Amino acid sequence: MKRRLSMLASSFVAAAMVLTACATGASTTTESGTGGSTTSNETGETIKVGILHSLSGTMAISEVSVHDSELLAIKEINEKGGVLGKQIEPVIEDGASDWPTFAEKARKLISSDGVATVFGGWTSASRKAMLPVFEELNGLLWYPVQYEGLEQSPNIMYTGATTNQQIVPSVTWLLENRGKSFFLLGSDYVFPRTANKIIKAQLEAEGGTLVGEEYTPLGHTDYSTVISKIQAAKPDIVYNTLNGDSNVAFFKQLKDAGIGADDITTLSVSVAEEEVRGIGPDVLEGHLTAWNYYQTTETEENKAFVEAYKAAYGEDRVTSDPAEAGYIAVYLWAAAVEKAGSTDVDKVKEAAAGLTFDAPEGLVTIDGETQHIYKPVRIGEVQTDGMIKEIYSTPEPVKPDPYLKGYEWAASLSEGE
Amino acid sequence: MEVWILQLFNGISVSSILLLVALGLAVTFGLMNVINMAHGELIMIGAYTAYVVQHAFLAYAPKASFDWYFVLALPLSFAAAAFVGWLMEIGLIRFLYGRPLDSLLATWGVGMVLQQAARSVFGAPNVAVTSPSWLNGGLDIGSGLVLTYKRLFIIALVLAVLTAMYFYIYRSRAGRNMRAVMQNRDMAACLGVSTRRVDAASFAIGAGIAGVAGCALSLLGPIGPSLGTYYIVDAFMVVVLGGVGKLIGTVVGAAGIGITSTMFESWTSASLGKVLVFALVVAFLQWRPRGFVAMKTRALDGQ
Repeated sequence: MKRRLSMLASSFVAAAMVLTACATGASTTTESGTGGSTTSNETGETIKVGILHSLSGTMAISEVSVHDSELLAIKEINEKGGVLGKQIEPVIEDGASDWPTFAEKARKLISSDGVATVFGGWTSASRKAMLPVFEELNGLLWYPVQYEGLEQSPNIMYTGATTNQQIVPSVTWLLENRGKSFFLLGSDYVFPRTANKIIKAQLEAEGGTLVGEEYTPLGHTDYSTVISKIQAAKPDIVYNTLNGDSNVAFFKQLKDAGIGADDITTLSVSVAEEEVRGIGPDVLEGHLTAWNYYQTTETEENKAFVEAYKAAYGEDRVTSDPAEAGYIAVYLWAAAVEKAGSTDVDKVKEAAAGLTFDAPEGLVTIDGETQHIYKPVRIGEVQTDGMIKEIYSTPEPVKPDPYLKGYEWAASLSEGE
Repeated sequence: MEVWILQLFNGISVSSILLLVALGLAVTFGLMNVINMAHGELIMIGAYTAYVVQHAFLAYAPKASFDWYFVLALPLSFAAAAFVGWLMEIGLIRFLYGRPLDSLLATWGVGMVLQQAARSVFGAPNVAVTSPSWLNGGLDIGSGLVLTYKRLFIIALVLAVLTAMYFYIYRSRAGRNMRAVMQNRDMAACLGVSTRRVDAASFAIGAGIAGVAGCALSLLGPIGPSLGTYYIVDAFMVVVLGGVGKLIGTVVGAAGIGITSTMFESWTSASLGKVLVFALVVAFLQWRPRGFVAMKTRALDGQ
């Protein structure tokens, strides 16, 4: 009897180990190595660039659209003659929602594929995992997603929002327009925890109150207890920094508990058009999001972008803020390379400082000092058709301030990082 | 007071989901002693079946009948997952009886293949399943307490599946054959039971129940290729904690884990709650290594 049980126990442990191990290894190979071409970066007819996103796992829901928009930008640039007279050749890797895999694939792209630059990442955990690799090998990463700030690497270009371009202004707006008591809900990793640290400092300084704070593991799907806690805390606003699939479960269950946007407003910073499609617009109707770009943003450039995106990937596809940030990252890189006359990382960085581009979100400028970009801030409300309607936007693009130096209450925050 | 009622309801509903997910394993792992790592993918197949049925209804059925797609999706989910399970049994598992570690690796491989297949067919992002409108909202029992219909429905569904399984395993001729084969294969064969057919049928039934679980889960959360992986560790934990080989053990295991994890979660946080439950399960298994309900048979002791 004993033998059988120890066997059972050991197989269970083995099972769990295999499970975690394979979550990484399961699907990393399928999409990689497009074309299998052997041209090298220096001498060939093409310039290789890396595209590194989660095409599988819990983050795939979000990252696939960024991967698609980056490929679209590459295609468009190639059709116009490429960069420095050469065609851009994407080398696609799957980070599989697993941070060590991101680091490993980044190393592979720089060392063995010899790419000129890499576009990739979504979660801060994936960026933090890749950062030392890019610094060690002096590579250049274009990171297209809003994040928690308090970071500045010489080897990363940030084309998504930092906190003072999304979270801080949205909290100010909520305090002025929607109420004072906040419940903070996030996934349990670096972005939500840092973001909430900032929000808590800001609430204290600007007269808000914190009535609850909850973190759930990435991939968590049972929100009944969290929702009970929200009901008990009776906040005016749930500030939502959940990432990935958890949003689907949370919003579905929130609606079933009889809580709509009229009862408690949620403001999400990781739910864009793409996620709205996966969750269902009827579930999200009336809830708020804070971003720099929406598919409905009214610019000429955006009309063209949305049209091209739909033409390439289908009428039912939607664009989103990170997709747009990935799209302009490719254009900004190409412009910097043209200006530098070379794909050399140091020269490209130097050329990038001060570069401007008419992006779908409006005019953006690369801030040479922080390697972030100036962006307009927008708050929007989810509509029944799955689109997000802008209800507030800053009149001018906001200067990036990753360390929140412009805010007195934030003085103590950057020390911990 | 209300908080307690709501917490209890939450606990029961989490337990019911765990139970639904673990019931299939109670057959394949508990009775047949096969560590089926593809169980999560069988759940996923059930969920995608619900998605496909929904689309078929949108495309071909009159609009008014859309809400009833779910009634059809449930048996079809069972059928689809049972069919895949049956294929797995005749193609792979039957060569690996009595070799749990081999079947663990082999079924893990099958799980990977199924996940990737789902990714190729339906795409990597989630798909949305619209719940039937008669399951939207909840039962308001006063003072802001809402028991959601979906969770009530899942609890009812679990009771139904449990009852059906009880009658199948303990009251039907096929179930009696199944228990006989599991307890003493040679003797059962001598008495004229076709053990091959019983094996295949049992495995298919376990798989089918996983499919039903997937269909039910489509009401609550995301439908994606990795849907099942969220639940598989919990499912194994339920079966191991409950005691292998007895239906009632699985029920007790699910109730124990569901209710304690909900309580821990409301006292601490979701992450810490999970850790505490794990620690408690490990500690409990030290004290009672055979789980809550141990099965007394000589056939199993001999292994």
